[in-house]
Amino acid sequence: MKHLLSTEDLDRATATSILDTADNLKRALLGREVRKLPTLRGRTVITLFYENSTRTRVSFEIAGKWMSADVINVSAGGSSVSKGESLRDTALTLAAAGADCVIVRHPASGAAHRLAGWLAKAGTSVVNAGDGMHEHPTQALLDAATLRERLGSVEGRRIAIVGDVLHSRVVRSNVHLLSALGAEVVLVAPPTLLPVGVRNWPVTVSHELDAELPSLDAVMLLRVQAERMHGGFFPSAREYSIAYGLNENRLGLMPEHAVVLHPGPMLRGMEIASAVADSPRAAITDQVRNGVHLRMAVLYHLLAHEEETS
Amino acid sequence: MAPRQRGATDPAGERELLSAGDVARTVARMAHQIIEKTALDAPSAPAVVLMGIPSRGAPLARRLAVKIAEFSGVEVPTGTLDVTLYRDDLRRGPTRPLETTSLPEGGIDDRLVVLVDDVLFSGRTIRAALDALRDHGRPRAVQLAVLVDRGHRELPIRADYVGKNVPTSRTEDVAVLLDEFDGRDGVVLK
Amino acid sequence: MNPLLLKGVLPYGEGDPVDVLVRDGVIAEIGAIDVDDVETIDGNGAVLLPGFVDLHTHLREPGREDTETIETGSKAAALGGYTAVFAMANTDPVADNAVIVEHVWRRGREVGLVDVHPIGAVTVGLKGEKLAELGTMAKSAAGVRVFSDDGHCVHDPLIMRRALEYSKALDVVVAQHAEEPGLTVGAQAHEGEQAARLGLQGWPAAAEESIVARDCLLALHAEARLHICHVSTTGTADVLKWAKARGTKVSAEVTPHHLLLTDDRLSTYDPVNKVNPPLRATADVQALRRALAEGVIDCVATDHAPHAVQDKDCEWSAARPGMLGLQTALSVVVEAMVKTGLLDWRGVARVMSERPAEIAGLPDQGRPIAVGEPANLVLVDPDATWTVRGAELASVAGNTPFEGMELPGVVTATLLRGRVTAGRIPA
Repeated sequence: MKHLLSTEDLDRATATSILDTADNLKRALLGREVRKLPTLRGRTVITLFYENSTRTRVSFEIAGKWMSADVINVSAGGSSVSKGESLRDTALTLAAAGADCVIVRHPASGAAHRLAGWLAKAGTSVVNAGDGMHEHPTQALLDAATLRERLGSVEGRRIAIVGDVLHSRVVRSNVHLLSALGAEVVLVAPPTLLPVGVRNWPVTVSHELDAELPSLDAVMLLRVQAERMHGGFFPSAREYSIAYGLNENRLGLMPEHAVVLHPGPMLRGMEIASAVADSPRAAITDQVRNGVHLRMAVLYHLLAHEEETS
Repeated sequence: MAPRQRGATDPAGERELLSAGDVARTVARMAHQIIEKTALDAPSAPAVVLMGIPSRGAPLARRLAVKIAEFSGVEVPTGTLDVTLYRDDLRRGPTRPLETTSLPEGGIDDRLVVLVDDVLFSGRTIRAALDALRDHGRPRAVQLAVLVDRGHRELPIRADYVGKNVPTSRTEDVAVLLDEFDGRDGVVLK
Repeated sequence: MNPLLLKGVLPYGEGDPVDVLVRDGVIAEIGAIDVDDVETIDGNGAVLLPGFVDLHTHLREPGREDTETIETGSKAAALGGYTAVFAMANTDPVADNAVIVEHVWRRGREVGLVDVHPIGAVTVGLKGEKLAELGTMAKSAAGVRVFSDDGHCVHDPLIMRRALEYSKALDVVVAQHAEEPGLTVGAQAHEGEQAARLGLQGWPAAAEESIVARDCLLALHAEARLHICHVSTTGTADVLKWAKARGTKVSAEVTPHHLLLTDDRLSTYDPVNKVNPPLRATADVQALRRALAEGVIDCVATDHAPHAVQDKDCEWSAARPGMLGLQTALSVVVEAMVKTGLLDWRGVARVMSERPAEIAGLPDQGRPIAVGEPANLVLVDPDATWTVRGAELASVAGNTPFEGMELPGVVTATLLRGRVTAGRIPA
């Protein structure tokens, strides 16, 4: 594997292999005094974030450092980027400076793909940490890892994803990955928040959350992203919350074993009730914890093998 | 499958060095050696743990533990130690899948760890295992038990317990077959 | 100017090869001609068509000469078989007054490779608020006959109505870039399955169709002429058919890229495929081809849009929309319409020369190939192919989506009033 740009590229075997690696890394680190593995010593990993994000960036940084890589963080808004330097030039500069891997988060869909093209000659690996509305592959992988951990398996499970499907990169990554792993996916949203052509996705579509709850093994809540919307997608936060918010009542309608996931950050009271977020049925902190091992696994799969000559 | 003649050469160019029965006897002998050398059945016994190096070191460690318990009455905690992440040759091949690491009950601090592997060759795997062990804690001592020592060491590493010494040329290959993985026990030379 | 003999050519690709003698800028003789001492071009059975007329080109001068100039654009046009092009008004400064249009007109004449007809803006500064001085521009030396705010939609219905009414007295046509801006805020790609999958903000077909429907109604009501730029959807073709059936004086153009390319090309996120209106789905391409063949869409217009490297070699949302088109237009039309049997060479002449000339009211272009007619001609080798390389095209910019494609139909010579402007110059 040279890059991780989208989960659409991952077949079942590869995805499972990454999840297994994450599992093994988790176990290798258990109970240790020294939470460090020497595997990526001497490799240089640069996080290039054009969007604010503490949790994902820190997760990647810890992942890289626990693998003994040298991790450097670059955030746009500082330095040459705010002087108008293009994404392409910034990336080439980092590659020329010696980056083995660039982890990029950018508001433009397709940015990671373009980066991979520009860096092809330099041989730098690219990890997509979220490109616009397109994909966020490591999020989907850590979600799958969490589901595996909590439910035992993903195959044959019925998983609902609720919220702003139209603008969500988390959803796109999850739909590809969960279907590849054999799960059944239901998308629940008002019609305004569903993309044209969603009927051709390997999913069921529903506008009624309550009707779906009793048959679910897991529900994944999407943040309703105010900064991405131009308005008019639903009348008010209150109406949204009444129809699609996961409150305690709704939690009760779900089977006992069913778990609640959220990619964060949460808008308590909007898509998820505070009590639900804090309940043992919510696996949100597990997601964050799994995120580190998952990202270590991704770095392992990208960087700990023979250099591919394209 | 018909029982093989010891020493017979297979049409595939394989020569059996140890039969299933030989393997069982060798493991039993090694168990006795470990009991004796570590004195683990003595009243002031040091705590001994076995750490098998996957893949085949793991079932070997379990078998040794069974035999040690049989002969001495002492239950020796057993674990597995994956060394993939500590290898020095990862970037010379495709992505290697990781194996499981699980520490034995009670951990390894202040214990006598006996690493268990199937074949000792260049010594690099053991070097990696020592590094891995160091990150897990501080054993009192580390010893090494291998079923086969085939020579050609590239590092100053030696085993404390050797099932069988098999001189080989570099181009030959020694494979340990275990029922848990290969459906039968044996050691073959290719 | 010296007379020129075209030997062994097929007018409209029909019949047996004939010879055509061009003298003093007109077609002097057609038949079996044997003349000494005359410059000769060996047709070798090439198809002879009236010179092409492009109703929609961006020549970028004044303002973005780093991407194209009137000179380089004229070269590209001549190489593409064009003898007349209409240069859109969204230059910098905008061509909303007589001074700018006269500059473009004069510069075109100076270069002399193709007749450059400036298009005047409909509204001042393309802002859509106030009508520009259409009359002054029409009566200027540039003789503007087509007005458009292309790049922007004249979206205020009252302004559009006034423009249509006002244009009647001037006998000019208003060409609309149909895009309801309220429906395309932040839009990046056709609102369909591809954009949904790739996470690109959608440009719904209804944004184009709703304006086309509205403007057809306004044009009928005002009894004015309307022209629709770059038709891109099935729905627009349906609306045009309906409007024409009711007697609306509406004409429409389609670009070569919308006849061949679909939004399947978006997977690589290469912005060379980014254009406004966007590449649509296969069903739309099929519908547009049929509409062009049937005459519901009247003509082909390139919407030639050169862009600098830094505006294309970047992430999708940062890229500017637009594709080169002048040199590849004929080949793409051959690939999409002739090879599929939807148009014969007469049809090509109609959509690339005759109808555009008619719509724009050009008396000397798109004329029949007959004795006495102006010698604005193009010779096409129908069987030859060529590989498109952006770097080798005459335009300053190189943003062609057809990069690396082998396309059929090669322009072997272009004549502007009897003078060879591109192709094999006789020894």
